[in-house]
Amino acid sequence: MNRIDSRFAALKAAGRTGLIPFVTAGDPWPEHVVALMHALVESGADVIELGVPFSDPMADGPVIQHASERALDKGVGLGDVLDWVAAFRQRDSDTPVVLMGYLNPIEIHGYARFAAESLRAGVDGVLVVDCPLEESAVLAPLREAGLRQILLAAPTTAPERLSQLCAAAEGFLYYVSFAGITGAARLSTTDIAARVADVRAHAKAPVAVGFGVRDAASARAIAGFADAVVIGSALVERLEGAASAEEIAGRVAAFLRPVREALDTH
Amino acid sequence: MLEIRDFHAFPDAHGRFGQFGGSYVAETLMAPLAELTEAYLRLRQDPAFIAELDRDLTHYVGRPSPVYFAERLTKHVGGARILLKREDLNHTGAHKINNTVGQALVARHMGKTRIIAETGAGQHGVASATVAARLGLKCVVYMGATDIERQKINVYRMKLLGAEVVPVTSGSKTLKDALNEAMRDWVTNVADTFYIIGTVAGPHPYPLMVRDFNAIVGREARAQLLEQYGRLPDVLTACVGGGSNAIGLFHAFLNDRDVRIVGAEAAGEGIATGHHAASLAAGRPGVLHGNRTYVLCDDNGQITETHSVSAGLDYPGVGPEHAFLKDAGRAEYVGVTDDEALEAFHLLARTEGILAALESSHAVAQAIKLAREYPSDGIVLCNLSGRGDKDVHTIAAREGVQV
Repeated sequence: MNRIDSRFAALKAAGRTGLIPFVTAGDPWPEHVVALMHALVESGADVIELGVPFSDPMADGPVIQHASERALDKGVGLGDVLDWVAAFRQRDSDTPVVLMGYLNPIEIHGYARFAAESLRAGVDGVLVVDCPLEESAVLAPLREAGLRQILLAAPTTAPERLSQLCAAAEGFLYYVSFAGITGAARLSTTDIAARVADVRAHAKAPVAVGFGVRDAASARAIAGFADAVVIGSALVERLEGAASAEEIAGRVAAFLRPVREALDTH
Repeated sequence: MLEIRDFHAFPDAHGRFGQFGGSYVAETLMAPLAELTEAYLRLRQDPAFIAELDRDLTHYVGRPSPVYFAERLTKHVGGARILLKREDLNHTGAHKINNTVGQALVARHMGKTRIIAETGAGQHGVASATVAARLGLKCVVYMGATDIERQKINVYRMKLLGAEVVPVTSGSKTLKDALNEAMRDWVTNVADTFYIIGTVAGPHPYPLMVRDFNAIVGREARAQLLEQYGRLPDVLTACVGGGSNAIGLFHAFLNDRDVRIVGAEAAGEGIATGHHAASLAAGRPGVLHGNRTYVLCDDNGQITETHSVSAGLDYPGVGPEHAFLKDAGRAEYVGVTDDEALEAFHLLARTEGILAALESSHAVAQAIKLAREYPSDGIVLCNLSGRGDKDVHTIAAREGVQV
């Protein structure tokens, strides 16, 4: 069974809301990515979203774009990211890992090769931001290899399209809680609650809500109606400038533990 | 190789030109793109909209632009006749206005009150600010910080026209980063904002829409050739960055199989040096800025920085229809270096009294090469896409002249 599916099944059985932190692979330091991933798990992560740096991250805000640039400046490539996942798997065989990124690095790497290497490394799912359902035929080799293709849905998604996304969803459906880029703006929780309830009623997979979740309070507000909460920019921002594995782990704990607690006590 | 019966049948309903094009964007953009596609597909068949556009093209842009026989240049080169399609004579001095006039009308029909645009050299920014001023729409132009420094005059022009110019400091601080930033603005402000993309790239329906608005160039030229010379040209040429002026000239001729088509890309300091912007001649298929096309990227799939003396050609991707025409064998794409373009710039200035834009000078250089391949009764039709006033400082600086 795919780790994403078993993790969400376990969360459901325990009545818990999942916590999905996002970090950009290679930021703040390539040599500490594996330690960072373990730190995320120790601070309560249920699924790890690992960003694959890309030169032109059109759908991301400035925080993640700059993290991407810092990682690229240090020479991080897709091959490194897969190596780090494999290294992470030596000590953690349970926590699902989703790679999040853009299509061109995968295209250039080769879809079949990427699928085989991801599987071997221990990747469980892939979220390709600029590959909507209409274009995802190219990702068939990934799905055939057993990787979950994580799809996005947004408040602007038209009803008919939303049904298609709900029907096609696997692993989890990532609901982008406002119309914008990652890390920006405030969200009106009552509005999202109603929409997410509707999506959850129809989606074949659990629904994770993200974009704009910044702290324990905003996470708690979402916990009541989502299967999982995604936190990205706010965490990446906290990690900027952390100099050592210990400092990274310390910042992760300080930021993520209150969120975990909020999710468990909502 | 693909066997294509009708080149005018593309793109398909998904915006695909064979394997190229499409809509490679985040979910948040799917709804605005669908809204735009629906509106545009309706308007492009609406006689009232077409009449409105024609009126603007005639009375505001100054169309039709002439086809001019460059007789002294032809004599100097010694080969086929070189004809220039004078897009440099349009209002604002380039073909860019054909597209912005069209998109601004679409924006108004969609009830949008705010225009955003990305710009490299500033030409598209100026053309966008121009139409926004005319229609009374608010205008925000995203421009790389490096380009702002290089193109101060155009930045000031945009401000004079009432536009706000936002510097983009991410990435390489040039055109591609400005495009990323404009896309972000659109996602965030989609309710009242219309994004005018300046070239035939981006997600569907932009490659279709921008091509349609520029295709007037080739339609006019084809009719002008038939009327004035009683025949079609032997070969067409135009410069290709994103490729809007080129597709504008080429499109009407795509099904005229006897007309050869050659696109001139920026070979910069030479393709072998790696300092160039020749996506088709030296790149590979990939995905950038919402469409599948030829891109310049490294083995990790990261988009690489480009170089050209001409800011308007300095782009690591290219419109998907060009990628399609290349793979279908319908058009050839070749590199023209900075030096060759500058030489052509000077030659055209001295033989014809025309200062061409550095972008267009690439096409002139290619036209000169092509003219030598054909007999003296042959015809090379070259798109002179813009005027060179904006480039005189660049040229002076490069040649060590104090202005």
